[in-house]
Amino acid sequence: MASSAVSTSTAHAHDTHHDEHEHHELSFIRKYVFSEDHKTIGKQFLFTGIFWAIIGGLLSVLFRIQLGFPGADLTFLKPLLGGWITAEGTLDPEFYLAMVTMHGTIMVFFVLTAGLSGTFSNFLIPLQVGARDMASGFMNMLSYWFFFVSSVIMFISLFIKTGPAAGGWVIYPPLSALPQAISGSGLGMTLWLVSMALFIVSSLLGGINYITTVINLRTQGMTFSRLPLTIWAFFLTAVIGLLSFPVLFSAALLLIFDRSFGTSFYLSEIYIGGEALPNMGGSPILFQHLFWFLGHPEVYIVLLPALGITSEIIATNSRKPIFGYKAMVLSMVAIGFLSFIVWAHHMFVTGMNPFLGSVFMLLTLIIAVPSAVKAFNYITTLWKGNIVFTPAMLFSIALVSFFISGGLTGIILGNSALDIQLHDTYFVVAHFHLVMGSASFFGLMAGVYHWFPKMFGRMMDEKLGYIHFWLTFVGVYLVFFPLHYIGIAGFPRRYYSFTSYDAFSSFTDLNMFVSISAIITFSAQFIFLFNFIYSIFRGRLAPANPWRSNTLEWTTPRIPEHGNWPGKIPTVYRWPYDYSKPGAPEDFIPQNVPLSATPESNLENEMEEAQKEQVAAH
Amino acid sequence: MTNFLIVSALILLLAILFLVFRIQTLVSVLKGSYHQRAGYSNKVNAFLFMAFLVFGLIALYWSYTSSTKDFLPESASEHGVITDKLFWITMGIITIAFVVTHVLLFYFAYRYQYSDKRKAEFFPDNTKLEIIWTIIPAVVMAGLVFSGLKIWTDITAPAPENATLVEIKGKQFGWQVRYAGSDGKIGGYDYRLIDATNTFGMDFSDKSNFDDFVPREIRLPKGKPVQFNIRAVDVLHSVFLPHFRQKMDAVPGMMTTFHFVPKYTTEEMRAITGNPKFNYELACTEICGRGHFAMRMIVVVEEEDAYNKWYKEQKSWLSSNPDYIASVPHSMKNLALEKAGLETETSN
Repeated sequence: MASSAVSTSTAHAHDTHHDEHEHHELSFIRKYVFSEDHKTIGKQFLFTGIFWAIIGGLLSVLFRIQLGFPGADLTFLKPLLGGWITAEGTLDPEFYLAMVTMHGTIMVFFVLTAGLSGTFSNFLIPLQVGARDMASGFMNMLSYWFFFVSSVIMFISLFIKTGPAAGGWVIYPPLSALPQAISGSGLGMTLWLVSMALFIVSSLLGGINYITTVINLRTQGMTFSRLPLTIWAFFLTAVIGLLSFPVLFSAALLLIFDRSFGTSFYLSEIYIGGEALPNMGGSPILFQHLFWFLGHPEVYIVLLPALGITSEIIATNSRKPIFGYKAMVLSMVAIGFLSFIVWAHHMFVTGMNPFLGSVFMLLTLIIAVPSAVKAFNYITTLWKGNIVFTPAMLFSIALVSFFISGGLTGIILGNSALDIQLHDTYFVVAHFHLVMGSASFFGLMAGVYHWFPKMFGRMMDEKLGYIHFWLTFVGVYLVFFPLHYIGIAGFPRRYYSFTSYDAFSSFTDLNMFVSISAIITFSAQFIFLFNFIYSIFRGRLAPANPWRSNTLEWTTPRIPEHGNWPGKIPTVYRWPYDYSKPGAPEDFIPQNVPLSATPESNLENEMEEAQKEQVAAH
Repeated sequence: MTNFLIVSALILLLAILFLVFRIQTLVSVLKGSYHQRAGYSNKVNAFLFMAFLVFGLIALYWSYTSSTKDFLPESASEHGVITDKLFWITMGIITIAFVVTHVLLFYFAYRYQYSDKRKAEFFPDNTKLEIIWTIIPAVVMAGLVFSGLKIWTDITAPAPENATLVEIKGKQFGWQVRYAGSDGKIGGYDYRLIDATNTFGMDFSDKSNFDDFVPREIRLPKGKPVQFNIRAVDVLHSVFLPHFRQKMDAVPGMMTTFHFVPKYTTEEMRAITGNPKFNYELACTEICGRGHFAMRMIVVVEEEDAYNKWYKEQKSWLSSNPDYIASVPHSMKNLALEKAGLETETSN
């Protein structure tokens, strides 16, 4: 009770604040560039994320050309890659590694963390909990602009003479610490570290805001048990990020010390380039522990928002309550907690004590249980639904498919005895591209299609959405399913070519097939890009609640102004999943409809609550 | 000229596509299909999910059966046979789960597509159902975890006393191996002693180094336990022996190990695989720089007798690099010459 009183008074304070400023229009720069409005910031994250997704995707197409057509004449890429195409027309092997590294970094951090969490946490948290804006608009603005500067630095690193960082997105030292070992570990790595340090600052500023807003600025009646699953997901994601990103920061900081100030945190007994380095006593394994302490939770930082978005979209478009709301929340909490104690399953064969391997294997396979519960609950939500296939719904169903098919192979990789053979092969690549990469990317896409009307006040074209979906869905499976086969055959990842081995001489045709599929899938994204840009300006005007959804954002005007609701913030009387309630005239009852207004559809316990509502109103 | 033609053709194509898109949009506006909650497209999408399921399962079956010949190459180590078995059991379980969940997912999507005549069932939770599907994966996981744990513990247990020792060292970009010589002990090293010739940094104040030898290839005896002591001199590498189902990172500053028992000689594997040119190969699986993809080394497995004969014939490293006698402490010089297989200096 006390907390709801606090939240009302805060909301009230915002109200007055809002009114004071209502009459003078903000300057262009304050409104669209250095904006403190969560909706504008969300869009800024989205545009930047889309830009990075194109770069990241393009890089993957370039290295897939090398993998699918080894030895082919790549002179036609010279205008794009310049000196990285050698005189013989082949791709420089170090630049191949640089592209793989940058693809990973860009996709994991810039697209699926900033682009997904940044966009939807910013855009949806205030709208769905019923707040005028984030707890601190200024910090929120800083969060975007730190991300922007970080992006600029990472982008510049793509064009420097020695090339961008090339030691893999995990930047394991000593490779990442020694410019003698690979040219990308020179200036490229320095820029990578600076960029990531800024990125972490951005994530933390954003995360603190998300958490504070969800805890303190919920509107009247919006208890935790009435939060949409999207908000639960964003909230838990922010908590995970807040606890794990600082560890990556410290890992990066120690690496900066090793690189620039001659310390030996990660370096020991190294002889390279004809000289023995003075560093003694450091441990490369230490870095791996620190890195994966973030790195594994990062998987869930990327995935949970996508799962939250999917929960919301599947329930809305199945016209059914999400099955097992409590189980969904609990399983997300369980996944969030477990994500912190499974990191060393990335390190079974790094020389870590095998006993530690056993412990982490046990913990890792426990995480499969809440994940399985989530998958079953999604499927049950579809059962006996009345499904409307909006593009967002298609992407959500496909997300569930990827979550299952990618998650299942995790059971193999989490088993340390089986991981010996499969570690660092294409099996791993297939696994995480499905469960984390594609699933989260589809969550992002689903979110864009679903909330586009609220973002821009217009609808995206559905038919183009369908074509985009089917090409991408089929394409993703054609790209990543065969990679399992290549992995089971033992092909190691991050190989420039497989021609020097007899053991990896099979599957050349399959690799070609994968590359062609990747190119087609990548090209299909331009359908989306066209639809997105075209619809911002020329799309059909959106109705107030196009998906007949229950959550609060659809109670705002077509294009919500600064402050979101022109009048009072709506009060919440029910959970967000009252779809197809027996007795109700419509198949949805928005959260702001009092129980006392719907006596025909109230459940038994709700009758009592409805009475209380009426007493309170009098 | 061709470039110009290609570009204009592309522009034309895009213009046509755009026109089709506009016409399509206008037609839908005229037909008023935007006001329907779910039109013809809904049926198409529902059908496509079903089609995807059917074609997907066929493609899965076909691609799988035509690729199995390249999966998990014949296991040539004793523990590999066990892990392969666990792999296929797990694969069986997850394939069942995969097929069942996908049939339900796509069938439900098809079966419960929108209809004006129906209302969705209000079915928010069911504790019994949820407990059941929490327990089933938990039990299956427990089974897999415990079988995996046992195998993992066996594989990573300390090597038996009589294991053949091989030291393997990764550097950019290649591997080198060192054997213990007649004394059965691999000598000590110090990375500060590494130079262009003494790439292992062998420390010649340790007498175990005198008879160590550095062959060009890895030879192993069949049927006997072998222990690899793994080192790296510059960056991380990883020793991957795909046929022996063995992998371990090579870490600068920290020795790592693994051990296994080779099951077949190279000759036997040639017969088994039907490939007369078959060789066991060693690959690097930790990104280490420009030559990462080409750190290949051949491993030869022989019958024990042949191996012993080969072992005895090897000349010590010191005997091929007699300059390093100078770095042996004076008191041990004669011993060094003797163990290295060089003539001892009588006049001293």
